[in-house]
Amino acid sequence: MPRLSIERWLKASGGSDDADQTLRVALVVEAAHGQIVHAATRAAGVRRGTRLTDARAVDPGLAAVAADLAGDAALLARLARWASRWSPLVEVEGADGLRMDVTGVAHLFGGEAELMRDVEERLAAMGLTCRVALAATAGAAWGLARYGFSPQGGEGDSARLSVKGLPPVRRGGAPSPNPLPPGERESLSALLAPLPVAALRLPPGPTRTLELLGLKTIGQLAGVPRRSLARRFREADNPLDALDRMLGRKSEPLTGAPCEAPPRATIRLAEPVADPSAARQALDLLVPKLVAILAARRLGVRRLLLCGYRVDGEVAMAAAATALPSREAKHLRRLLVDRTDELDPGFGFDAFLLEASWCEPLGAAQDSLIEEPRGEREVAELVDRLSVRLGADKVRRPVARGSHWPERASGWVGVADSSSSSVAVAAPPRPQRLLDHPEAIGVIYATPEGLPRRFTWRRGVHDIKRVEGPERIAPEWWRERASARLRDYYRVEDNQGRRFWIYREGLIGDGRGGAPLWYLHGLFG
Amino acid sequence: MAAGLSLVAGGGVVAPFDPAKILPAPERPTLSELFPSSARDGGATGFLLAHMARGKPMLWVQERMAMIEAGRIYPPGLGRSDLIHVDARDARAALWAMEEGLRCSALGAVIGEIWGDPKALDFTATRRLAVAAERNGVAAFLIRLGGHANLSGARMRWRVASAPSLGNALDPKAPGVAAWDAELFRARGFAPGRWIVSDEDPANCFPMVAAAVDRTLVEGERRVG
Repeated sequence: MPRLSIERWLKASGGSDDADQTLRVALVVEAAHGQIVHAATRAAGVRRGTRLTDARAVDPGLAAVAADLAGDAALLARLARWASRWSPLVEVEGADGLRMDVTGVAHLFGGEAELMRDVEERLAAMGLTCRVALAATAGAAWGLARYGFSPQGGEGDSARLSVKGLPPVRRGGAPSPNPLPPGERESLSALLAPLPVAALRLPPGPTRTLELLGLKTIGQLAGVPRRSLARRFREADNPLDALDRMLGRKSEPLTGAPCEAPPRATIRLAEPVADPSAARQALDLLVPKLVAILAARRLGVRRLLLCGYRVDGEVAMAAAATALPSREAKHLRRLLVDRTDELDPGFGFDAFLLEASWCEPLGAAQDSLIEEPRGEREVAELVDRLSVRLGADKVRRPVARGSHWPERASGWVGVADSSSSSVAVAAPPRPQRLLDHPEAIGVIYATPEGLPRRFTWRRGVHDIKRVEGPERIAPEWWRERASARLRDYYRVEDNQGRRFWIYREGLIGDGRGGAPLWYLHGLFG
Repeated sequence: MAAGLSLVAGGGVVAPFDPAKILPAPERPTLSELFPSSARDGGATGFLLAHMARGKPMLWVQERMAMIEAGRIYPPGLGRSDLIHVDARDARAALWAMEEGLRCSALGAVIGEIWGDPKALDFTATRRLAVAAERNGVAAFLIRLGGHANLSGARMRWRVASAPSLGNALDPKAPGVAAWDAELFRARGFAPGRWIVSDEDPANCFPMVAAAVDRTLVEGERRVG
């Protein structure tokens, strides 16, 4: 996408359609010797890499705007995700390109030519100029996309180019001795011969050296004896390596290592649908498909992802997780059906993907030959439904911990969390309800360490009729800071029979603060 | 209703009573509403726990405001850990979570705590809960902290307050076995009534020391320094 930056800027600035032809704007970046042009509108007619001062000398009215390289990269990353609609292996290539491995994919879109037309049309619909090239090797495709249309590598209109009749690109892995048949390599090298040496994807230094040596095109380079080139250039800069990769003599693995794709089901719509209920209908179609795949592979879903591919290059996603691996169509559908309303269709969805992004082995389902505990599974499904709607951190189960400190003696963990609880400490009576934050109360008590007689909590006075205590709980010195004070807990009952758990923090003269304060911590049932 | 309850007559004396007939109990699990006398009274929690059958996990839904006002449930005090706790943002979420829970017949009980009289908690909402509870055979309890007894579809409606606890056999100055003052003010098929009940028979509390305690410790006589 040679004009990605400027097209993104034009779109963001909200100009009219012909802004590209009328506005004279250049996006600039800081370089060692002042600002240089990163991208410019057609009307400006400035080439990339020109100094801004030079451009201004020609056209004093040229407006300069700082380029947002990070924004461009974010857009490109988003496009790469969106491009997974065509192929599972997509990689961001440089600052303005995407590289796709379409091995065995093209026939799904009606052949290579149709695939390229589809890519170009969809990107054009978003207002992005793109040049699509398809070749047997990644290097050749890179060179063709950037230099195959115009030898200078300038910006042009959208175009596509493919090298017909070539065997598919080999995936990475073990380098095969002869990935391309010799005859086809001949035709490829003939096609690449007129390209400039810059198409070899070498660093600027060696490219410049080659040009100074008079080797301007790849064809000229190929004519030079290999041994003399190998002597002249070092490892990383070696044009022979680049040439070999381009012609398929050396393998060039994609960085994204091919892994076993998670089970997924897709549906493509004939035309974009902006109706909010479309996602729900798509879900109804996708869930049985996915369940069939899962059953064949004997997997159960732990995490489920529904992606809606939008025509404007966004992907709307809804996720759900399960506590136990499951492939029950009804349950899976129910988990996601509420989330489908939250998917923003924007200008319309034209494809949906349901992916089981995390699976666990699940044996063949058995419909209860003998009586089996079904309760656990039912509860797990309930937890899934609650977690999807309320958030996983809101649905929890208690876990006992080995501590006397009341806040630590019991913790809450996610239901899916399999961490077993440690042995609970046998403790004297504990309240049924505990306040998250102990509340300060005013207490009348016999100093220094007498029993409390009356306390005021939330502006209500409670006369203490019965009291038991104190139960002294010392701070855990290996966890607390040194100034933490001990707590003396009392079980108290007021004149109406209400029972509370209150404590006094610290002692008089313990050297860790002033007079001790009283707090109410819990309510007995 | 539950086997653990016993009736308390006046003055903290436990009357001999057939445990199965102490409190009116619906034949099938249904929705009961509990109105604590105030948010600062935890008595309703204890009264409710005495009703809980063991063996099946329970779902305890607490609305955020109820949690701030009356505290979060504390498993060491509940005496059981086979529960799932839901922290609901508001009454609407809490009611939704309760209804989802009632559809799961593997649960023993669903308990919801809601603060005040939210708009979402109208007759239709309580009626839905009652029907769901009866259809799936899961008992539902709605604790209405600081709420008014307005129109509701609950089959049993209780007002529960703490009552002065029974005598503590070991220390007359200390709180003893919990007791509750429970008033059934509206129920389908039962006459309203008022009972003071206790969780367990205090005679069985400390069987080892009971004889010695009876001889020397009489409430109010001993001076504990």
